[in-house]
Order: sequence, then C-alpha cells, then structure tokens
Amino acid sequence: MDTAFAERRRRDLIVAVVLAAIAATVPLFVKDVYVQNIMVLTLMWGALSQSWNILSGYCGQISLGHALYFGIGAYTTALLFTKFGVLPWFGMLGGGVISALIAMALGYPCFRLRGHYFVIATIVIAEIGLLLFHNWDWAGAAMGIEIPARGDSWLKFQFPRSKLPYFYFALALACVAWFVTWWLEDSKWGYWWRAVKDNPEAAESLGVDVFNSKMGAAAVSAFLVAIGGSFYAQFVYFIDPESVMGFQFSLLMALPAVLGGIGTLWGPMLGAVILIPLTELTRSYVGGSGRGVDLIVYGGLIIAISLARPQGLIGLFTFKGRAGLSAPKRKEAVR
Amino acid sequence: MGLLYGLIAVGLALIFGLMDVVNFAHGEFLMIAMYATFFLFVFFAIDPLLSAPLVAAALFVFGAVVYLLIVRFAVRAKANAGMVQIFSTFGLAIVMRGLAQYFFTPDYRSVTHSWLGGKTVSVAGIYLPVPQLVGALVAIAAFGALYLFINRTDFGRALEATREDAGAVALVGIDKNKVFALGWGLGAALVGLAGAIMAIFFYIYPDVGASFALIAYVTVALGGFGSVFGAFAGGIIVGLVEATTAMLLPPSLKAVGIYAVYLLVVFVRPRGLFGSM
Repeated sequence: MDTAFAERRRRDLIVAVVLAAIAATVPLFVKDVYVQNIMVLTLMWGALSQSWNILSGYCGQISLGHALYFGIGAYTTALLFTKFGVLPWFGMLGGGVISALIAMALGYPCFRLRGHYFVIATIVIAEIGLLLFHNWDWAGAAMGIEIPARGDSWLKFQFPRSKLPYFYFALALACVAWFVTWWLEDSKWGYWWRAVKDNPEAAESLGVDVFNSKMGAAAVSAFLVAIGGSFYAQFVYFIDPESVMGFQFSLLMALPAVLGGIGTLWGPMLGAVILIPLTELTRSYVGGSGRGVDLIVYGGLIIAISLARPQGLIGLFTFKGRAGLSAPKRKEAVR
Repeated sequence: MGLLYGLIAVGLALIFGLMDVVNFAHGEFLMIAMYATFFLFVFFAIDPLLSAPLVAAALFVFGAVVYLLIVRFAVRAKANAGMVQIFSTFGLAIVMRGLAQYFFTPDYRSVTHSWLGGKTVSVAGIYLPVPQLVGALVAIAAFGALYLFINRTDFGRALEATREDAGAVALVGIDKNKVFALGWGLGAALVGLAGAIMAIFFYIYPDVGASFALIAYVTVALGGFGSVFGAFAGGIIVGLVEATTAMLLPPSLKAVGIYAVYLLVVFVRPRGLFGSM
C-alpha cells in the first residue's frame, strides 16, 4: 500500500486522540453554561456533518434530506420514552436501526437518479416525512412532544441541572462519527465510494458494486444521524416536526462539511468548530432584536465563505503539509 | 394556479437550462416581487395589474446584478461547483429573508381592494376567481413571448449557443457573462411577473418564497431539467395534482400529492417528462 497514505492515516489517528483528550478537559476550565452549550452544539453538528459526509462527501450522493433521519431518531426516542417508558438508550439504537432501514428502502429507487434529480428527491422525501408527522396525532402532530424531566440520571439520559454529561456524550458521538469515517476511508467500501463518486460507469466496469456500496453509505450515514437526532431530543426536551425535520436541518448538516471540505476526513469537524460558535454568537448578539439582522450576517458569511474557498477550508492545512515533502513524495501525496 | 407555478418554474428552468445552476433563492425573488407590488400599490396606488411590468423590469435588473455579483464567481469554482452554487444562492436567500424581516417586519400583508381582488366570473357554469384567471392568461402570454424570444431573436440564439458551448461562442465575439447576466435577468423577470400577480391573492410575508420554492424545483425537475417547455407542462401537472389532492386529503397534506407524483415520475423516467440530456 501507499506508504504516504498509511503514514497520514496513523498521523490522523494520533491527532484525533490528542484533540479528543484536550476537548475532554476543556469543561474543567470553562464553567460558563452558555459557552458549554455552544460546545455541545458544536460537537453535535460536527458529528452530524461527519455522518452526512459519508454518503454525500465520500460517496458523492448529495443528500439534502438528512433531516428525515435526524427527525426519526428524535421521534423514536421521544415516543418510546413518553408513551412506553422505554429508556432513551434503546430508543437511540432503535431510531438508528429504523433510519438505516428507511435509508436503504429509499435508496432502492433513488440511487438510480442522477445529479439534481437525486438532490430534489431527497428534499422531497424529507418534506413528505415532515408533513406526515405534522398530521400524525398520536405523535403529537404539529404540537410536538414534550419530554418530561425526571431528574439527573445516566440511565434515563436526562440532566436538567448540568451540561457536562451532554458535553461528554456529544464528544463521544463526534469521536465515533470521526472514527467510523477514518476506519471506512481505508476499507473496501471507502475505495468503492471514491470510485463511485468520481466515475460510476468506470467503477461499475471495474467490478465495483455501485448500488450496494451506495446502500452501505446510506445506511451508515442514516444510522449515525439518527443517533444525533435522538441525542438532540434528550438535550432540548421538546421536539416538533418543524424543529427536528425542517429543511434547514438538512442544510445545517451539510454546511460544516461544505465549509471545511466535503469528502475529507477533517472537513466537517473543522467546519463545525468555526461555523457553530459563529452562528450561536451572531444569534445572541445581533439577533435579539428579532428583526433578522442575524440572518443577514449569517447568510452573508455563507456566501462569502462558499465563494472564497470552494474546496473547503481544510485545503489550507493539507497544502502546508504537502509543501514540506520532497518533490517525488509530493507527487505521490497528490495522487 | 398550475399556470402560475409554471411561470415561476419557467424562470428557474431558464436559469438552470442556461448554465446548470439551481437558484436556491428563487423563492426569495418571488417574495421581493410580491413586496414590490405591495408597496407600489400602497404608496402610489398602482394596481398590481399595471405594476406587473414595472416589477418584472426591476427584477430583471436584480437578477442580472445577482449574477454579476455572486453567481459569476460560484460558477467559476473548480472544486464542488454544485455545492458552491447551492450554498451561495442559499446564503443569498437567507440574506434576502433577513433583509425583508428587517425592513418590512415579519407581519403578514396583503393587497386589498385591487381591481381584480375577490371577484369571480362564471365560465360555462363554473365560478372562477378572476385574479387566478388573469394570472393564468398572463402566464400563457409570457410563456408564448419567451418561446418566441428564445427561438426568433438574435439574443435568444446567443443564449442557446452559449448554453451549448460557452467556449466556442467566445470565439465569435459573444460575451458569455453578458449573455448569462441577461439570462438571469430574464429568469428573474418571469418570477417578478408571477409575484406581481400573486400579490393580488396571497398574503405577503418574509418567508412566503420558501413555500413556493420547493414546488418550483419539483415543477422544473418533473418537466425535466433543460426543457423550458417541460417546466411549463410541469407547472400545469403540479396545479392539477394539487387541486386533486386538496379534495382527497386534509389541506395541510396537499403538497404530499405533488411530491409523490414527482417521485413516481422520476422513478419511472429518471430524466423528467421532457428532459433530454
């Protein structure tokens, strides 16, 4: 195997472990609840974007309907808990499995679509899901579901009094999403996905099982996103169709990856670390008037960033790394 | 209603067919057209029917400016051009919504006492609301004009040629940016026209575009990307499907019918009804 690639992978893993360890100690110094809240959201969106990136970045099937899986995760957990008293941990797994199955069922017809037809199909399917939940009385319809607070407990996954447990769970989730991506990058599927993304016909002719590899990407991606949705439900205590399945959730999931670098290992996390605090800060500092100034700033940033660095911010870092290599090695690295 | 969807969608289809860019701010173009109509009515007492050409002209300029300021650069991106286009136009949509909220407040507004508002006419025993009827006629007229424009004028040919091979037209002295800017202007003008008519019978608020934008994408895709005629046909189909689902399902679910038909069509025919490619 390519030695430069193996070396890069080992380095990535070490960097990730170090970063995770540093992140884990941050709450020891930062006690401010507002800041902690931003950190939880950053990790959560990082994890979601990382999961979205598996299907859309690595496999090249741009989905703008991942809010569906997020919503299913949130609803499965919330419904099982409020209606049957099932612990959120099982709801989480259940939501993940249901989402993965739905993703595969939807992938069956959808993966024959190309380009914008596929993108619009994903949006439309998520929108149908949203409308169905809106009209589903048993699931709270438009009113949503309130998750009753039963005191701090890991068993029930509820911590009304402290953000710390949420922080550590979100950190774990982000690590898992990152690690799954890292692990798949060098698996058979990882290579297949890149081949499918670059040129599906050529990949097919070389014996890549295009359809099944897309299905695999969809299932993994949906499973992880549903876990994120389930976490979100326990974190905010209240869900309604609009707040977990709205179109903006699909876009928010894609945004960090696009910003950081789509189809890259570090892009989504980098994007989330920059974008989410920025979003939260503009919202609380200029959004108070309720007159849309935060939207203007936020939208302007999105335009500026996407035009200024179409390949994602991660390019800034890898370029530096490559410049240090000798000429023949650089060639290898580029390949 | 279907014909109006068609008119909104034709503008989108034009832009898409022209340069493969999906304008995610299309709904917001519609929104500002509606506001422009509203303010012309409130401050200058110009009826939406008369202001429609003015609004269309203003949107033409706006569309061209958006192209020159934003889209021109988005198209140039080498890496993930698709995502850059989606997010730069989506960012624009957010900014426009924010600006609308800032200047116009989130209140619902409506054009009251226009010439046509609330009137109905009976055609062969069926009562039809006049504004919708006029909207349909305007849509047909605009579509006819666009058809002639694309097929019969020099500019129309330049548009087609640029779409087919942007590199080659540069050799014969056509400025690609100029053509694309005019194309964007034209697409925006069509949506401006639709917005002016819809201001007669829809509430106007900052998020109004969002509810129509997705239907517009579905309409275009249903007809097949790259086909202006397809977008118009798609509009008619969407209108009919919406009317039918409204009878069968609760009103809040009426969009489900449209989406379901889109999915059915593309699953059977992945290029849309009239898509070439």
